[in-house]
Order: sequence, then C-alpha cells, then structure tokens
Amino acid sequence: MAVCIAVIAKENYPLYIRSVPVQNELKFHYTVHTSLDVVEEKISAVGKAMADQRELYLGLLYPTEDYKVYPSHMIIVYYTPVCMFFILIENILLYRHTRYGYVTNSKVKFVIVADSSNTSLRDNEIRSMFRKLHNSFTDVMCNPFYNPGDTIQSKAFDSMVSAMMVQAS
Amino acid sequence: MADEALFQFLHNEVIQYIYKSSEHGEMENGRCITKLENMGFRVGQGLIERFTKDTARFKDELDVMKFICKDFWTCVFKKQIDNLRTNHQGIYVLQDNKFRLLTQLSAGKQYLEHAPKVRKRNGGKLTCQALFIPGQLSPHEWFSLPLSLQYLAFTCGLVRGGLSNLGVKSIVTAEVSVMPACKFQVMIQKM
Repeated sequence: MAVCIAVIAKENYPLYIRSVPVQNELKFHYTVHTSLDVVEEKISAVGKAMADQRELYLGLLYPTEDYKVYPSHMIIVYYTPVCMFFILIENILLYRHTRYGYVTNSKVKFVIVADSSNTSLRDNEIRSMFRKLHNSFTDVMCNPFYNPGDTIQSKAFDSMVSAMMVQAS
Repeated sequence: MADEALFQFLHNEVIQYIYKSSEHGEMENGRCITKLENMGFRVGQGLIERFTKDTARFKDELDVMKFICKDFWTCVFKKQIDNLRTNHQGIYVLQDNKFRLLTQLSAGKQYLEHAPKVRKRNGGKLTCQALFIPGQLSPHEWFSLPLSLQYLAFTCGLVRGGLSNLGVKSIVTAEVSVMPACKFQVMIQKM
C-alpha cells in the first residue's frame, strides 16, 4: 500500500525518495518534509521513556484532514503554484494517505506514505515493511563502495522498494 | 573458530603492506597510521549499522559506551572490554587485558625496547594521536615505533567510526603498557 517511500539522513536531507504516482511527486515530497517535524518531536520525547525495542518504530505521525503521514522518509517535490491547487483538491476527494515513521539508531529516518483507502493495512505489515527497509539500508551501508551521506543508488534497494510499492497498489 | 584467524591474518598483512609502501617513500610517515585509522572508521560505521539494527534506542552517551564495550566488542573480538572508566566529563578509558589482535605478538619487552627513543622526544606516553600530525616523526622514528601501536590504529578507527555513526564525535587513542593488555582512550567532542 505504500505510495511513497523515503530515506532521510541524519542531517535531514533525503538519501532516497520514490513515489508511485509520479505526477503527484511534489506533494509527497512536501508531506514527507512536514512530517520530519513530528519525527523530531517524537525522538526528543522518547528519550525520557524506558528503552524499548519498539522505539525504533514511531507509528502514525499525525492525522490531518487530508493525509495521514507515517514518518519514515522524506520526499522532496516541487510544486507549481497553479496546478498544485487542483491536484490537492483531486487527492483530498479521492485519497487519504497515512504516514508512518521509523528512526534507526544511527538517526536515519524512514518515512512511508501509504494509501489508507485500503483499510486492510495493519500495524504488523507496516512494521515488516520497515524491517525490510532497515535490512536493505544496512546492506547498502556495509557496501564498501558506498560513502555514507551519498544518495542511495543500489539496484537491490530499488527492487526491494518497488516490490513494496507494487504490493500496495 | 577459524574466522578469527582470518581477520588477524588480513589485519597483519594490511599493516605490513602500508609499512612497506611507506618504505618506498610513497607517502608521508604520519599518514600510515592515519590510513589505518580511516579504514577502521569506515568499517566501524558499517558494523555499527548492522549491530544496532535490532537494539533499543540509546538513552545517553554512557549507554552508547556500554554498548561499545559489551555487544560491539563481543561481536568483533569475541570478548568484552574488561574495564571501563570515565571521568563523567567526556573521557572514557576502555581497558582490554587480552587484546585479540596483540596476542600473537610476543608478550614482554621485546618490542617496547624501541619505545624509549620516541618517548624521550615526546616527553611522555606515546599515543596514536601524536602520530596523526604529519611530519611529527622522522622516518627513523616511524620504523622504530613500538609495533603494537601500528596494530592498534585500525581498532581506534573502528571505535571512532562506530561512535560517529551513533552520533557521538570523538577522538580515540590507544596505549600499550604490557602486551597484550591495552587501553583505548575516548575523548568525546562536544559540538
């Protein structure tokens, strides 16, 4: 059900962004960007709680009137002022998106924007998606030809993300 | 059990290779230790990403250091750090009484005999940090360095890389008093 998946680095710039409906890419970038604030808030709040396995997974970021966002990655999209209005209207009527977040111990954030019109998407499924993302990201990190901080250009990572998006739609 | 020996052989060969390249004057002498340390840094970053995949979030710096001493050291060297000391102001000393990478070198004073030459010049304990400044040591001194410090550079980088990926900027130095015991000193840098 993932419509958009993003990987954000520790310094809050995107390492990897992919969204399925390409024409709305800008909107997803925007939503992921705004969800970063919520991620930061959750991280700082979590520091006071007891250490827990589930702290890596942040869950539903916050519900908005049109889109729910799960912070995991950030996507950056460019909007043109004129058509954005129409696109937004269209999507409010047709879709409701949920955003999920996940932060690793190395402060890399994953954001998944999912289409909530398929209500069968459960917490476990989202968690397993994040786990797969984390595993693939770890593999990318251990690649000696990858410099930490570069954009991710691994084919294996791409195919894993495509599999997650296809399964959703 | 065999995989430990593999890394030890590789590690020794890497040091020999860098040592030999410096003999031919291909690079400045202070750079050899820096090269080893930077190699360790990148490896440390990747290793930490893999080891912290399923662990809970870290509460504070001390938690991070404890993780390094227990889980990280166990995964890499199959044993824990024997002693962790701190002054609670950003300096940690990790003591390993039987450092895996040094056990194959002969225990005792054989290699430490070369140390006095360099110690007199620096007027104190010789640490890896002094060697990071290029040009500090003449070629003669580099070759007469206690070999044990060359063997610790990679591990210093390993610790620094792991800490950096967890968000802790640091400087890691090492010292050897009696082989195979060694101490790693971590100085946390406040941003």
